[in-house]
Formats: sequence, structure tokens, C-alpha cells
Amino acid sequence: MHKSGFRFLGQSLQFWATVLLVFLFAQWILMPRMSNFRNTAWIMFPCIMAIICLGLNLIYGFNGQFSLGQWGFYGIGAYTSAIITYRFGARVSLPIEGITVPLPGLVQKLIPMAEMQLFHFDAGKAGLLLIAVAAGAVLAALVSLAFGYIVMLRLGSDYFGIATLGFTLIVQNLLVNLDRWIPETKGARGMVGIPPLTSFFWAFLFLVLAIVVLRNLLYSSAGRAIVSVREDEVAAQAMGIDVLKYKVVCFVLGSLFAGVAGALYAHLYAFLSPSYFSFAQSFDPMIIIVMGGLGNMTGTVIATFLWAITLEGMRIWLPMGFEAWRFVIYPIALLLLMLFRPQGIMGRVELGFLRAPKWPRRTAAATSANPEGRKEAAA
Amino acid sequence: MSECTPTGPVVLEIKNLCKNFGGRVTAEGLEGGLWAVRDFDITVHQGELAGLIGPNGAGKTTVFNMVSALISVSSGDITFHGKSLVGMPPHAITQLGIGRTFQNIRIFPRLSVLDNVRIALHPHAGYGLGSAIWQGGAFHTKERELTDKAQDFLSIFELQDKQDEIASNLPYGEQRRVEMARALAAQPKLLLLDEPAAGMNPAEVRSLMDRIHFVRDRFKLTILLIEHQMRVVMGICEQITVMDFGQVIARGNAEQVSNDPKVIEAYLGKQGGKPGRRE
Repeated sequence: MHKSGFRFLGQSLQFWATVLLVFLFAQWILMPRMSNFRNTAWIMFPCIMAIICLGLNLIYGFNGQFSLGQWGFYGIGAYTSAIITYRFGARVSLPIEGITVPLPGLVQKLIPMAEMQLFHFDAGKAGLLLIAVAAGAVLAALVSLAFGYIVMLRLGSDYFGIATLGFTLIVQNLLVNLDRWIPETKGARGMVGIPPLTSFFWAFLFLVLAIVVLRNLLYSSAGRAIVSVREDEVAAQAMGIDVLKYKVVCFVLGSLFAGVAGALYAHLYAFLSPSYFSFAQSFDPMIIIVMGGLGNMTGTVIATFLWAITLEGMRIWLPMGFEAWRFVIYPIALLLLMLFRPQGIMGRVELGFLRAPKWPRRTAAATSANPEGRKEAAA
Repeated sequence: MSECTPTGPVVLEIKNLCKNFGGRVTAEGLEGGLWAVRDFDITVHQGELAGLIGPNGAGKTTVFNMVSALISVSSGDITFHGKSLVGMPPHAITQLGIGRTFQNIRIFPRLSVLDNVRIALHPHAGYGLGSAIWQGGAFHTKERELTDKAQDFLSIFELQDKQDEIASNLPYGEQRRVEMARALAAQPKLLLLDEPAAGMNPAEVRSLMDRIHFVRDRFKLTILLIEHQMRVVMGICEQITVMDFGQVIARGNAEQVSNDPKVIEAYLGKQGGKPGRRE
């Protein structure tokens, strides 16, 4: 029932071609028509935010473990990668000259560029960013493995949530005082001088990878084990599922996502401040996944973009002199959403390839082994 | 079928099993607290269908919970095929071959019927996290096999048409069947059924009992069954153990047990005594 041929991460060539088209559309048609600031705030930043939200949704929405600690892992990923690129960013460079194609007049109208640049990039800087992202993600995952294993062994869901809140506070305090050991982080003054390496390509690539990895995981036996822990822990144990293992697996994977997102964030604005990693901000991913629907991947991605454009975006589109009104509109919007759509924007509906794979039903003829059949045979 | 005598190797052996809630155990007994189960013994042989009965609050479910390690054992020993289960985590006990159902249904409410059964097959899935994320060719083959197996179990309980329904939307009787299918999918050697007939009408109980016999023969199972309606258990179990206040008060076949004065007393009260109360 699965077509053979090219498959990468379980997805067909058609899927990856669509992804490429979406990328090219955004890169060449959508983004040049927006101001640079809006590009970043409305497209690149939500791509990054969606990665951490998908990770949190895995932990809270699918596995049922309330966690406010993802913001801490986001901070760990951001600072780890920023320190690496800060030290080596100026030294590593390996530009690759590609081809520049002048565009014909018709395409000029669609794409506001005089010429199309193909394969122009800096391989050294790209490699450095990848290493930095990997380092941030791995460190976040290792810390979450230690923290998750020690804390989850002892604490149930709500208590675990409070412990993770404590973790976020610890991380923020560490970041404030980090300049004692690593001077270039400059502590509470904020870290400047990070090379701005995150382009739309990287944000989009990691978002797509995060979505596909999460989807593949959830529609496998391991994914069903993860969801069963949310549904009924006792029954899951009685069905032979190692509940602690899957809680830790989700927590580590979710934190790995947060680490990746943090690393990309660090190189987006090229500035990091410990105040951004405060616990008040740590509710943003929680708000987003509840908005999108707990345990809903499509909803998480859509809600992240909606949140960035409407709620966070208010600082951009509110008219001059009315900026302070966002503190009124934001809570009212959340209140109304929870009153009228408590299951989130998408509820239980997944779209496109994120839908659960369907299995054909058995026909009645195949049902040879039922008690009635046995009785007839005995008679 | 029910007249065969228990022979063959011992599957489950429980010796001097005790559980106290609260209080402190001293040489004289328990100070404060409550003995939920006290000095409980049972031996279940291969292929047997054993019954555990007793009035409400007798400690039957507590025994089950201790066997499947959902609560800890205060003292005593539980062995399964000669291996002690005390101190093992619940999932390891299931993977060893002890499946169970619950008194108040515990299906996974928001998942489809098919997924409910497939979750129980998880320890037998045969692939890890890595190949789940990569989703290569081997993954699809194994996933197909897994689903085939799950659909086999569903069709035994005539649920093959309901596989895509959300489990909590099913009527009560079907939810019970899903739970039984799920318990079987964990591929146990010993099946613990906690009041499988609760809330069912007589016709449903009859077909349930037929099905219990059928699965026992087909999967070569040993079954230990809790019931508090005497009538149900009398018809099908070869060996019946009666509990009251955490202790075994009678043991034997249906006839012996139903004529035992202690059992009659436990269920109906002492002649001339206050109803429902005993000293």
C-alpha cells in the first residue's frame, strides 16, 4: 500500500517537491514584498518558534507532561551556539561562487529581483551554523536527560510542571551571571556580536525537519506508546509500556527541539539578553500550543504564525500611540479563545500529510476466528 | 470443557501475600491501619480457569494490583513460572506474560479502537525509535504486520468494523470487549480478568463466558478471574477461591464453595445477626 520509489524520512518525492515550492514561493515572492523587519518577525521568527512549540506539544499535548522548562532549554541552546559562533564566526569562511542568472521580463514582474542567484553561499559559515545548532541541541538534550530522569522518577505531572518552572528560573539566573565564567556573554547586559547566520532557508529547513520527525514518531508504535501515557498511565503500564522511558524520551526530544530553536534564534537577531529567557516569556509556547490545540501538529504550526502576526505582531501594526493597547487586546483575545474554542483552533483535525495513516478494515469474510464459528464447527 | 481437572505445571503461585494500608506492622499484628490482604495463598495451574470471589471490599482487586505491581507488596511472595515478581516494574511483568483487564474500564478513551489494541502490541513491535523516525521499508512491513495482528484480535471480539471509532464513543459492552482484545494483544500466558461481567445483562454475560472459554483454548491461556456475582463464576470456573476481609475463607469447586457455611455467611450475613455486619 506504500508506493515504492524515492522516499526520504518516509515522505515521497512529491512531498519534498511541494516543500521546495513553498520555500521558493516564500523566498522569492512573499519575502521581497515585505519590509525586512516584518520578514523577520512574521516569517522567520515564527518558523523558529514553531520548532520549540512542536517540542512542547510532544511533551504536553501528546505525552501529557506539563512543562514550563522548554524556555530554559531554548536559552541553553541559544547561548551554547552563540558562544561557538562568536568565537569562530570571524575566522571561518568558505564562500562558494555559484551562477547568477538574469531574469526575463515576465518573471521580473512576479519576482522583484533583477537576477536570480543560484548556489551562492558561504559553506564555511553554513557548516559553522550547523555545528552550533547541533551543539546547542545536544547540550539541551543532555541536560534534559539528566533533569528529566531525576525529576520524573519522583514527580507526577503537575508537580513536574512546577519543577520545570524552577529549571527555567535557574537557567535565567545562570545566564545573568554567565559572564563570570564566559566573559563574552556579558551577563545581564546581553550578548552582542553574534554573527547573524540564520536565514529563512535554515529556519524553514529545521521547521520542516521538526514537523516530519514529529509526525513520523507519532504515527509509529513508539508514538502510540507516547500517547497512551497521556491517556491512562496505569493502563499503559499494564499493557507493558515503560512509562518512565517514554516520558523521558519525549522530554529529551522536546528539549532537543527547543535547543535547535534557541540556536536559530540566537543567530536571527544577533543579540541575546537573559531577560528574554525569563519565566514570564516561557508561557508563550504554552499559550501557542493551547491556542493551536493540544496534541495537534497542524494547529501548533498555524497558531505560531497567527500568534506572531496578530498577538506579537501588535507591536508592529498597532497605530502609533496605541502600542500600549496590546496589553488589553492580548489577554482579551486569549480569554475569548478559551471561552469559545477551548479545544484550540484545530481541535482534533490534522491536515495534509499530518493526518493519521488509515488502515483498510477487515471484511467480514476474513473473520473466520469468532466464537460462533467455533460453535458451529463443534456441533 | 469446564470439567477438565487442573493438571500441568504451576503458572502462578502466591504465598502469604499481605498488604496493609497505613499502620505499623509489629510482632503482635498491625497497629492502626488496615489489612487489605492478609496471608493470601493461591496456586494456579497451566490451562486452568480459576475464580476469585468475595463480597465488595474483600481485597480481590488488591491482589490483582499486587500481581501486576500497580501497588507494592507489603510481605509475601508471588511467583510466575517459578520467577518471583516482587519488586519488578509493572511493564516488565506484562512483558513476562501477565495481562489484565480492569474493574472500571480503562481503555485509552480518545484513541481509536485499533490504536487501543496496537498499543498493547508495542513491546512486540520489533522496531525502535530510530527506524520509526526514519520510516524506511522495514518499518512499513512491520507496521503492516502489527496492524494485521491487531485486526485479528479485533475480529475475535467482532470489533473489526469499529476499528476507526474513538474508543470512548462505543457503548459499554463494546468498550469491555475492546479492553479484553487489548489485554489479549499483550500476548499474555496468564490473563487476569477483573470483573469482566460487571454491568452486563444475562445474555451478554453468557456470550462473554463463551468467549472467555474460546480465547483460553485458542491462545492456551491460564485465566484468573474476579467476580462478585456468585452466579457467574459458579458456571465456568474449575477452582474457586473465596475471600473476605482480605483472607481466604474457602476453596474448592463450585459445589463445595456454594455449600460452605462461611461463604454463605460472608454473602448473606450470619443467621440472626445484624444484616451485612459480622464480628
